[in-house]
Amino acid sequence: MQLAVWTYEGPPHVGAMRVATAMNGLHYVLHAPQGDTYADLLFTMIERRGKRPPVTYTTFQARDLGKDTASIFQNAARDAYERFQPQALLVGASCTAELIQDDPAGLAEALNLPCPVIPLELPSYQRKENWGAAETFYRVVRQLIDKDVRPAAREGRRPLVNLLGPCALGFRHRDDVAEVRKLLGTLGIDVNCVAPLGAAPDDIRTLGRADFNIVLYPEIGGEAARWLQQALGQPAIRTVPIGVSATAEFIEEVSALAGVDPTTALADEASRMPWWSRSVDSTYLTGKRVFIFGDATHAIAAARIAHEELGFEICGLGCYNREFAREMRDAAKLYNVEPLITDDHLLVEDAILNAAPELVLGTQMERHIAKRFGIPCAVISSPVHVQDFPARHSPQMGFEGANVIFDTWIHPLVMGLEEHLLTMFRDDFEFSDTAGPSHLHGKSHPAAPEAARQPALHADLQSDVTLAELPVAEAGSWTAEAERELKKIPFFVRGKARRNTEAYATAQGRNVIDLVTLYDAKAHYAR
Amino acid sequence: MIGEITLTAPEAGCAPSRQPEVLRAGVIRERGQREVFCGLTGIIWLHRKMQDAFFLVVGSRTCAHLLQSAAGVMIFAEPRFATAIIEERDLAGMADCQDELDRIVDRLLTRRPEIRTLFLVGSCPSEVIKLDLGKAAQRLDVKFSPSTRILNYSGSGIETTFTEGEDACLTAIVPEMPAASASDAANLLVVGALPDIVEDQFGRLFAEIGISNVGYLPTRRMADLPPVGPNTRFLLAQPFLTETTGALQRRGATRLDALFPFGAEGTTDWLRAAADAFGVDPMHFNRVVAPGRERAKRAIAHRRERLEGKRITFLPDSQLELPLARFLATELGMIPVEVGTPYLNRELNARELALLPQGTRLSEGQDVDLQLDRVRFDRPDLTVCGLGLANPLEAEGLSTKWAIELVFSPIHGFEQAGDLAELFARPLRRRDVLRV
Repeated sequence: MQLAVWTYEGPPHVGAMRVATAMNGLHYVLHAPQGDTYADLLFTMIERRGKRPPVTYTTFQARDLGKDTASIFQNAARDAYERFQPQALLVGASCTAELIQDDPAGLAEALNLPCPVIPLELPSYQRKENWGAAETFYRVVRQLIDKDVRPAAREGRRPLVNLLGPCALGFRHRDDVAEVRKLLGTLGIDVNCVAPLGAAPDDIRTLGRADFNIVLYPEIGGEAARWLQQALGQPAIRTVPIGVSATAEFIEEVSALAGVDPTTALADEASRMPWWSRSVDSTYLTGKRVFIFGDATHAIAAARIAHEELGFEICGLGCYNREFAREMRDAAKLYNVEPLITDDHLLVEDAILNAAPELVLGTQMERHIAKRFGIPCAVISSPVHVQDFPARHSPQMGFEGANVIFDTWIHPLVMGLEEHLLTMFRDDFEFSDTAGPSHLHGKSHPAAPEAARQPALHADLQSDVTLAELPVAEAGSWTAEAERELKKIPFFVRGKARRNTEAYATAQGRNVIDLVTLYDAKAHYAR
Repeated sequence: MIGEITLTAPEAGCAPSRQPEVLRAGVIRERGQREVFCGLTGIIWLHRKMQDAFFLVVGSRTCAHLLQSAAGVMIFAEPRFATAIIEERDLAGMADCQDELDRIVDRLLTRRPEIRTLFLVGSCPSEVIKLDLGKAAQRLDVKFSPSTRILNYSGSGIETTFTEGEDACLTAIVPEMPAASASDAANLLVVGALPDIVEDQFGRLFAEIGISNVGYLPTRRMADLPPVGPNTRFLLAQPFLTETTGALQRRGATRLDALFPFGAEGTTDWLRAAADAFGVDPMHFNRVVAPGRERAKRAIAHRRERLEGKRITFLPDSQLELPLARFLATELGMIPVEVGTPYLNRELNARELALLPQGTRLSEGQDVDLQLDRVRFDRPDLTVCGLGLANPLEAEGLSTKWAIELVFSPIHGFEQAGDLAELFARPLRRRDVLRV
């Protein structure tokens, strides 16, 4: 057994629901007890979908167990087919139904429904949501594809590609697809099919018509693309175009494979991020410590942007999906950090506190953690929240995606710069050191400046929050003069300065921290 | 009072995709897909109410995901609930579930020593694999008592629908209540989790009425559980407490029959049931409740214009549907079209049923597709439904009210009667003001 409070991923059948909901003309009959219908609200509330997910739940009860749950399943499947007339039917079991071993695949087959039936085996007690989505999409592709549909002769037509991986409840998938489509349009490449998002079983049938595949989200589309490469010899582009450099590489790779000229696409004048980053206003971003956690694809892309394109220092990097542990470990080596691969959010919280970052890039979980400790934060990855479905176009991919990322990540820090100015004028009568950062919900909590050391708890959370005390080295005592000097350091680096000074004092065996110790430490840590 | 049930086409006729059966018997009973939460969801409000209790669900990743999704936001780093997720090795017999549970409870209580009661909460998977949580609770109770009591109940979807989780939890607490003897003075028990502010309002009213010996189930702190015995009279604050009612009666307590305390009339009737049982002078009672009752009526009157004559359908959710439909019909002039409930307890709801307008269609259980066909056919002005159905119905042009808000918001009593009416009026007002 594993003790879980909050989880990054749902069970694998929720992954299957994400694929079914993303597609058109597909219906999912899920053998499940009452209550599993909660998953519908993820789509109708978080994503604000105006249609129910195409899922029929059998809703068996205790009194049905040991009697006839199998016929409940068959009736539900028959009724669902009659009512929704899908082009194909997914059948499977949720965690409870898996235990009663009714064999939805066999039961559905016995019904002889006049449409393809795709059985799903999703081991709920071993696997999780992303794996479930990838497996479902792979099964859908494998069963529905017509292997005889192949690319037409190359002469006299534009190259044709599939975009694989975009899904329901994905982080900005809707906007990424629009952005990548636009980019491919500039390159003179046509899109045969985007799947699963918006694809019908008929579109899956003709996937083989494309010259190659583009895997936008390896977590969901990777498995299907691997099989298409094997079975049909369809090559796949796996470079994910998140960030300026990655987008440029993506354009080069796609162009090479398609045999088109990348020049126009690479010279996109709407790519403002490089100049925004080079402009002097951004100088203060240099060496900002950033902690990154999310799904592997988004976290690895974010690390590269942070390091190469914004000049940040990466003080922590990790992902919650173990399936991509190897990729994550390789990425972490580039930045000399220990990769954090875990789905325990309390471990992530500890890691964030220990790393003492100035910016957290994470999921909604890390946003909550960062909020509790008063650290600026931006969201880069699912699990998603209603906030992650903005009304406006807000991609992560392509040059426009890089522009969006610049704004999203930098805004919390620009406010930090404003705080710096306030700190410079701190001794003015209008400013009080205890007022707290104005950008953090106007809450006044005196401990915020040294949040990482003395976590300031919002009063309304106090009852339920217990925090791991940060290990503080046995430190010498501060002279009043040194304390006063410390207070002159901007609040957002003050905690770090205090820690460094204390560590230095301990190492040097100095029991009293005075002005000299403070400045000796500053010189010691100067880079 | 429920007469012949027929479907009458609404004025703006819209042909249903499949004509529902015309039913003659009193209640439509359906079995099929249910769009409702399971009993685990009650943990969301129970853990806020019982401030020294921890709820450990023994279940699957789905259970954890449900709690997270139903809680909506991750406000708390370490809330007082968690899930012990059963894994492959537990099922394959490589690990003994009882040992695993001991290990997890040990770790949990070491980390949270302030917990006074730990509920082991059964789920669908734990019930199906017949993991004996009663046995586990007994064993762990011996180990951790008296500093922490270990109790258990099931909130599984195969046994409990949404609010029935609270019913199961309270039933598990009843044996923990101290015994009052036949010689003890009569005491009053208010049963069902209420927001603290509402509980305090009722407390003041009972004191003014002259009933001083009042206890609540559940209590904010488990150590404060009130006594129960043959002289205990209890009022249900919630209509979904069938099992708890039985458990209290078996300990000798007597249920006071009353309307549920929604609206001016419901609250008056509910308080009066207690006053009568405790021999309070009716004149005094009327004098005490008059100010609150008048305030409630004034607050309700503000919403009457918006709601009067409007047709409303309740899809089954919390079992609050019957009392709320009665409140909306009798105090706001709304017309209940269909009132669905996951489970219809005729005994506890006898007085509510008697006040529902003739011709109100009642349904118990659910086959969601058939029920939505009826909603589309009826086209009510307002449909009260779960979060999975609200946006899809709105997209079809049907105004909705989230049922879950009725469970999470303070809606009981005089002072909340206006708020309760407002919950139903707001979606209609919004529909009228929007020009997009």
